[in-house]
Parts: sequence; C-alpha cells; structure tokens
Amino acid sequence: MHAPEQDTILSVKNLSVHFGRYAKPAVDGVSFDLKAERLGIVGESGSGKSTLGRAVMRLLPPIGRVTADTLTFDGMNVLAAKEKQMRSLRGNSMALIMQDPRYSLNPVLPIGKQVAEAAILHLNVGKTEAYKMAATMLERVRIADIERTMKLYPHQISGGMGQRVMIAMMLLAKPRMVIADEPTSALDVSVRGDVLKLLDELVRENNAGLMLISHDIRMVAAFCERIMVMYKGRVVETLTSLEEAKHPYTRGLIAAMPDLKAPVRRLKTLDRNAIDAVEVRP
Amino acid sequence: MIDVQDLSVSFGSGASAKQVVKGVSFSVTKGETLGIVGESGCGKSTVLRSLAGLDRHWTGKVSLSGTEVDKVRTREQMLLTQMVFQDPYGSIHPRHRISRILAEPIRAMDRGKGWDMVAPALEQVGLPTAFADRFPHQLSGGQRQRVAIARALMLEPEIILLDEPTSALDVSVQAEVLNLLADLKEARNLTYVLVSHDLSVIAHMCDRVLVMKAGVFVDELTKDDLYQGRTHHDYSRMLFEASAL
Repeated sequence: MHAPEQDTILSVKNLSVHFGRYAKPAVDGVSFDLKAERLGIVGESGSGKSTLGRAVMRLLPPIGRVTADTLTFDGMNVLAAKEKQMRSLRGNSMALIMQDPRYSLNPVLPIGKQVAEAAILHLNVGKTEAYKMAATMLERVRIADIERTMKLYPHQISGGMGQRVMIAMMLLAKPRMVIADEPTSALDVSVRGDVLKLLDELVRENNAGLMLISHDIRMVAAFCERIMVMYKGRVVETLTSLEEAKHPYTRGLIAAMPDLKAPVRRLKTLDRNAIDAVEVRP
Repeated sequence: MIDVQDLSVSFGSGASAKQVVKGVSFSVTKGETLGIVGESGCGKSTVLRSLAGLDRHWTGKVSLSGTEVDKVRTREQMLLTQMVFQDPYGSIHPRHRISRILAEPIRAMDRGKGWDMVAPALEQVGLPTAFADRFPHQLSGGQRQRVAIARALMLEPEIILLDEPTSALDVSVQAEVLNLLADLKEARNLTYVLVSHDLSVIAHMCDRVLVMKAGVFVDELTKDDLYQGRTHHDYSRMLFEASAL
C-alpha cells in the first residue's frame, strides 16, 4: 500500500477573492498545500479566513470573484469545474462544518431523516440502508439513545449534540477534505474538547485533510500540525508551534488571550500600527 | 455590597414547574469582582437577571448596597444596578442613534434630556465623540459592546452585572473590552458580578469564582486556587481541564 500521507489533497497557489467592484481583495494571494493532516487557519473577524474556506469549495456568492494560479482538489481543477461537478464533490469528497448547528441543520426535518438524507444523496443507497448507516454514524459520534434522538427535531437537542449530528452528517460519506469553520465557538467550554476530539478521530480514520478555521489561536495550536495566520486577507506566517511566532500580529493574538496558567495584570492589545508597518507591500 | 440569601427561581407552575436556581446564598463586598462559571443551562444568567430586577418571580432575600430590594423595584432600587448583555447586536436598539441610546437611561429616570452627557460617556469608553450620530450597524461588535458599557455607566451605578460580556467578540477585541472594564472598575470603584463559561476570562477578571452546576454552587475558588489549579469538586476540575486545552 502506498503512503497516502504524502498525497496532496488540495493545492492552492496565489488564490485571491474580490468582492464586487472593491479593488481591495478579501483574500490576497494565498498559497498552501493540504495533505492528510490538520491545518489550522487563524485570524480575526474580517481577515478572510472563512472566505478562503468557502472559495476553496466554490461556495461564495456570484459577487465574489475567485482567481488563482492553481486550485486543484484531488487532481481536479476546481476553478474550471462545472457547477454540476462541484455539486457531486461537495458533501461527498469535500465537507464543510459550520459554526452554529442551530442554523446549519434543517429545523423542520427530524435528525435521523437529515443524516439519512446525506447517505441517500451521496452514497447511492436505499432508504432502509441509509437509516441504518445514519444510526451507525450517530453511534460513532457518541449520541446516546439513538432510536429516540433520530426522531427529534434540531430545536429539541443541545448545541453540543447538534454539532455532533452535523459532524456525523458531514463525515458519513467519508470525505477526503473537511473544512471546519469555527466548529466550536457556539459551544460551551465543557463540550468543546469532546467535539474536537471526535472530529479529529473521524478525520484521521478516513485519512482525510482537515482545515480548522478559528480565531482561538491556542485551541488551534493544541490541535493542528500547521497553523496559517491570516491578516487582512494575507497569510502572514505559517507555524508548527506557537513558540516560533515571529510576526507581531501572531504574537499580539497570543498575548491578547487571558491564560489560566500565566496570569497578567493587563492584557496586551494589538498594536495595529506596528503590524501594518511590517506588512507594507507594494 | 451585594448580599443574597436563599435565592430560588422556578419557571412554570404546578406539576411542570422547574426549579432553575435552588436556594443559593452569596455576598460580594464593595470593589470586588465575583465570577460565576458553569455550563449553559446551569442557572447562572438567571441569578444575574434576578439581581438586576429583570426577573420578578424569585424567592429569598436580596440586598444591594445595604438595602433590601423588592421584586418589583422602586426607582431608587433600579439605580443601584446596571447590566451588560452578551450580544451587543441584540441589546442595542438598531434604529436609534448612539446619542439617543446613551441618553435614554437619563431620560427614563427623569434626570433631564441627557444629550450633554453623551460625549463624555463615549470618551470614557475610548470611542470618538463623532460616533454619537451613528447607528449601531455602523459600528463593529467591539465598539457596540463599548456603547453598551457606556450606557450601563450613564446612571453611575455602583454595581455592574456582566452577562458573558465578551463571548460574542474576537480574542483581540475581547482583550480591549476586558482592559476597559478593569480600568473603569479602578477609576470608579465599581463592583462587578461577571458570568461566563470561559474560565480563562473569569480567572483574569475575578477575585473570587463560584462554580455553578444545576442550580447550586458546587465550589468556590479564589484567584490563587485558579492559578495553582486547585479545585475542590469533580465538576470544577472537569471545567478547569476543559478550559486549559
């Protein structure tokens, strides 16, 4: 068997996103390769991290123009692909997990039906088989009392449970790449760790690539092998651990977080002038 | 400053009644910051709403600044506390200009028109006075939360109740807001009660922390306990480990 870790799943070179007639790009010349690994993307709101995630899946509204030298997923040119081809990819081999399960689950369908629907759509199976697969998958994400839960509607379950249902739904088709966009920021601290561990376990099992998008740099660092730090649409730094951080923006982000183990009297805030001074580019 | 004896809150009536807060007692001295931490649904926000006078179906005894308050507050009792909510998008009127939002408490309490107090209030939370003519949607989340804090300070209360004041904000903006709260507390000798599920925020801000679970306080931690990682209850240890990811 060949070593699948070496395969590049997603290759991005010089990707930019422009919105409408704005001359300033929301994502500005980003390049990276994703293998079967966990890549974290960190930045403030408005840094372009979510736009990048959506651009890769071609999920931006028509007003967002994506340009790139290369954007290939599993050897296929994503930019040239027809919408029909993209639809067969999304959910099947690339999956997106969004922030808040309250908005991303369909409120008028029972949980079981939604998860089974994913199986019917992507795996070409019959209804009975799909429900069976949904039940197995829900068991995998450690949902207790599956019989009962499958009949519940999204508003009847908690946020942590909703996010686990979302993970079950997205990973049912064993995608090659999972983009998790702030998967835990709507959740309580006490369930955050569980959801992350679960996501990691399932992604590893499928030997897939995970892009974890978050503003919580410490969480990302604890979880990912590589961290890409974005500021104003650009990647300012790629790190493997927080200690290597050199860019003032990355250091600012780390210092801005209160740390349980290292108390400070005053939190440091970002010195935006210093960051912009480093970031001057023609 | 705050003294709460045997506070209970139930929702619903008869057989379907659910007791959310189960006879809690605590007190906060002047100038102290008390943190209440716990997972969603444990009743921490309900305690705060009862203190603020927003919920009126509690039982027990609540004293603020040495006076026992009624369930339906008198005007004097309302002046004692102010609250800052989690979501700055929801807690500010979307179609009022910032000046009107800030003047509202003054006018509601019949203390004049309040327009002349808008500029100093904005300056005090570090916003330019030109923001007075803007609408909330023209401000960022952090700026909006600053407006909410400025509004809470308009009537010069001694107690500020903070319900997850930074959980809707980015880390970098969170640091700015937490610093602002610390500065204001020092300048005005305020007393804070801060509710959050983020233990690192609580540990940064608070002198003392109460850990709440299913309507009761299961643990009390001092600042020192938090830094040493000392806990006295299984549940607070679990919370602690989840936060120190």
